[in-house]
Amino acid sequence: MADTGLVETLLRRVEKVDGGLDSQDVATSLGVDHQAIVGAVKSLQALGDVISAEQRSSKHWELTGEGCEIAEQGSHEARVVISIPEEGMPQSQLMKLAFGKVGFSKAMSNKWIRLDKGHEGGPRIFKTVEHLEDLVRDKLLLVQKGQASQLEEKEKNELKKRKLLSEVTVKSYWITKGSCFSTTITKQETELTPEMIASGSWKEKKFKPYNFEAMGVAPDCGHLHPLLKVRTQFRQIFLEMGFTEMPTNNFIESSFWNFDSLFQPQQHPARDQHDTFFLSDPAQAHEFPQDYLERVRKVHSEGGFGSQGYKYDWKIEEAQKNILRTHTTAVSARMLYKLAQQEKFTPVKYFSIDRVFRNETLDATHLAEFHQIEGVVADYGLTLGDLMGILHQFFNKLGITKLRFKPAYNPYTEPSMEVFSYHEGLKKWVEVGNSGMFRPEMLLPMGLPEGVTVIAWGLSLERPTMIKYGINNIRELVGHKVNLQMVYDSPVCRLDS
Amino acid sequence: MPTVSVKRDLLFHALGRTYTDEEFDELCFEFGLELDEITSEKDIISREQGDTKAEGASDVILYKIDVPANRYDLLCLEGLVRGLQVFKQKMEAPRYRRVSPASSEPQRLVITEETTVVRPHAVAAVLRNITFTQERYDSFIELQEKLHQNVCRKRTLVAIGTHDLDTISGPFTYTAKPPGDIRFKPLNQAKEYTAQELMILYKTDSHLRHYLHIIEDEAVYPVIYDSNGIVLSMPPIINGDHSKISLNTKNVFIECTATDLTKAKIVLDMMVTMFCEYCEEPFTVEEAEVVYPDGRTCQYPELAYRKETLSADFINRKVGISESTEHIAQLLTKMCLRSEVMSDGEQIEVEIPPTRSDVIHACDIMEDAAMAYGFNNIPRTTPRTYTVANQLPLNKLSELLRQDLAAAGFTEALTFALCSQEDIADKLLKNISETRACHISNPKTAEFQVARTTLLSGLLKTVAANRKMPLPLRLFEISDVVLKDETKDVGARNNRRLCAVYYNKSPGFEVIHGLMDRVMQLLEVKPGQGNGYHIQAADDSTFFPGRCAEIFARGKSIGRLGVLHPDVINRFELTMPCSALDIDIEPFL
Repeated sequence: MADTGLVETLLRRVEKVDGGLDSQDVATSLGVDHQAIVGAVKSLQALGDVISAEQRSSKHWELTGEGCEIAEQGSHEARVVISIPEEGMPQSQLMKLAFGKVGFSKAMSNKWIRLDKGHEGGPRIFKTVEHLEDLVRDKLLLVQKGQASQLEEKEKNELKKRKLLSEVTVKSYWITKGSCFSTTITKQETELTPEMIASGSWKEKKFKPYNFEAMGVAPDCGHLHPLLKVRTQFRQIFLEMGFTEMPTNNFIESSFWNFDSLFQPQQHPARDQHDTFFLSDPAQAHEFPQDYLERVRKVHSEGGFGSQGYKYDWKIEEAQKNILRTHTTAVSARMLYKLAQQEKFTPVKYFSIDRVFRNETLDATHLAEFHQIEGVVADYGLTLGDLMGILHQFFNKLGITKLRFKPAYNPYTEPSMEVFSYHEGLKKWVEVGNSGMFRPEMLLPMGLPEGVTVIAWGLSLERPTMIKYGINNIRELVGHKVNLQMVYDSPVCRLDS
Repeated sequence: MPTVSVKRDLLFHALGRTYTDEEFDELCFEFGLELDEITSEKDIISREQGDTKAEGASDVILYKIDVPANRYDLLCLEGLVRGLQVFKQKMEAPRYRRVSPASSEPQRLVITEETTVVRPHAVAAVLRNITFTQERYDSFIELQEKLHQNVCRKRTLVAIGTHDLDTISGPFTYTAKPPGDIRFKPLNQAKEYTAQELMILYKTDSHLRHYLHIIEDEAVYPVIYDSNGIVLSMPPIINGDHSKISLNTKNVFIECTATDLTKAKIVLDMMVTMFCEYCEEPFTVEEAEVVYPDGRTCQYPELAYRKETLSADFINRKVGISESTEHIAQLLTKMCLRSEVMSDGEQIEVEIPPTRSDVIHACDIMEDAAMAYGFNNIPRTTPRTYTVANQLPLNKLSELLRQDLAAAGFTEALTFALCSQEDIADKLLKNISETRACHISNPKTAEFQVARTTLLSGLLKTVAANRKMPLPLRLFEISDVVLKDETKDVGARNNRRLCAVYYNKSPGFEVIHGLMDRVMQLLEVKPGQGNGYHIQAADDSTFFPGRCAEIFARGKSIGRLGVLHPDVINRFELTMPCSALDIDIEPFL
């Protein structure tokens, strides 16, 4: 709050005039700094409509520090002439004077002095005029008296170039009475205080209005990672649909559970060094359920369970090789095998969302590890129509309503279907997941009853997240090169909106 | 998924009508194919090598079609057209017949003992009086390449050789010899080479060098001779130049050598069934006799038709439809599986042709019925399976802790489970041998040498990548590390850990300590010895001496906290002090 006395003085002045006042004039007449008046105007403005103040600006010329010196003592060149006695002066002595250098060259060009270079005892300067007209000083004096308008623009600019004059913009307020004009003011409070609440004094007080245009103070908080926010939502969807979470906390898997148990032949390209990470330590898995392993060997190499088999020489050494699992379906296989060992079959719905690993070529949308989302339902008499129905319900919860299915191939599901959804933005069908019924060659050797069908589907967590948060490069989302600002700024995740 | 490239106009001509791109795309979708790209040779060259190189290249429209990996019968124009025409009921699936030569003995291929150690199997057949055109010839060569890349597993399982039968004379001998003893003029070369010289010659061949490893280290190389000692081929590398086929070739001798006999038979069946329609007597294939070292003989190609019997009810129940037996038989026939309703009106006898090696179980037949019915015509139903959902306790705990760590002002990071040895050892001033790390045998780069044994290095790398962000940085991650564990069937297990770092101008040990106290509070463990938690000074090379403590909860060591060693800070290219917390959360389940 500006000085109350000044504020009231200002108000009384405004009261007395018709029309209005210029803040500069007020400052001059009161003999106070203009900034003090500006402060008073601002604090009055904050009180509401007591006064109205319109900002104005005007330009005028002022002498610079050097200009003032000249106005007082004469131009450098004039002072040079005055300081030279009749018998002249050595140049070196002149140069020692404060105005010597500038004055010397100006006086030379005005032909007020001459230089005798050949003089004995060094170069010497003599004056050539007795009387001179110091025009520069005269002009500056005019400006100082406030009569700058008598000078031509060209003259003013020349003096400005010599840094003797400067053009100053003066901001001032044109002050008039406001609709709530009064010469007495009440001090405004900035904030409500406990004392005011206790005493009830807030009832009489006026409060300074808030600036609602400003941003608030950012809360000091932590943030969850956007990919994992999406994971939480997918988990939620599965739980809402009655699915139980599978224990997928085993990144290292044997080829047996990752491939062989899924009826994926040992020569399958996915089992190639180029696609899968193999382990050198621990290189091999041990302890397989022996009778089950034997049934797996048989169904691959000879067939059985209604199948022709692949008719090749199945090798235990291949099955023992440890890898980083290429899909969470390896865990589904373990879970289904476990289910088959129950005394009596009970229907199950399983899900998992966890990391899988591929030794692939990396690009903007592919990393060597990503999260796979998987859902599995096992029951008697499930149909392909059931699989499509459940996919429809699942994707509905993601806000995806238009689905269609394309026949596809997958070694462990038959039928296999790629799931496409209609993308309104791209105006085309895009693949959103894979699905199918597990093959009998996978289920029957486990010991599941003949009539049990297992339907399953999978998709990646990264792709829907990148679409959801508009991220083009997967490295900005996953891994240490993440942009933390993006993490800080990411909104909550509602997949269906 | 293999991609087959066919000339659009040629395809439409063979299909007997034209389609718009959208119509054809739709047809593909229904049939389980994908019209991947519409392009031309000119487009491809200009994209790969620039516009100037593409000058004068053909601008005939090509359809690139993705084919399911097990449908070898759709890998060429001939097969695609046959499949689609039968599907659209424009033609009946042809019947492929093996015939004996009209006036002579069948061609014979004699396998010698020596092949056993290197590539023991071989099959053969003859396409008699075939008429090639440029397009048919190109397709014939292309199919061999597609088969080599797919079912033949880059020639490791099977290699195909095709020869102009009129330039050679049987019986043929399939044997194996030391590389120095094999000498012939290979395909498209001007002079003779020994097998040894060939292996050197092809080291720089962009195409063939990929196959050399298959036999390179063997003592003997496979080779096929005719009765005059002319080399037909040195499988799986190269054919001889002498017997190469041309547009004028009338009679083709096809041999497939293999390490997997089942696949060899499939490949031979594919080659002959796809191209026997161009023989004087279409869809017939002349047999060849293969004589084994033990004297056994076999006639090839097998061209076996197999019968399966299944009920309409089985298909209706699995698909979720209720169609008549007759209709289902019709649907299957559309998929090249000729089907007949049996006398009881319920069973269907399905004939699986030699082209459909993918059909190995009744479920494959069921899928074809569903495809012919149209996946998108099947009513979508809700299974009545009643189950109660359960969360995995470990994940439930992790989810709850994540929320509260964020509420405590820490931001969640998500770092890679794979990293370099350096990340988990040298950079943390540890020896790799003390980390219990699992090692990857075939990483393409150092980033994938090991599975992480700690979350700390990932968090420090995250800090390093975000040095421009305002301080302090408070980060955490709750995720799995992988440790060797003899007690597990695979010799390793995951371990769920909680790791947090505080990075600022001052180390902030009290901040990370406070976070640890908060975590314990959340886990309902009170400060104190015995059943509570406490920390005690510990030595750990990752931490600054005297600034590290071990955390004990309920009498068990669960992790460490402290101020990181300045050398660790430097090695992660950081500049500020940093304190860290790293605990195992599994004891709190």
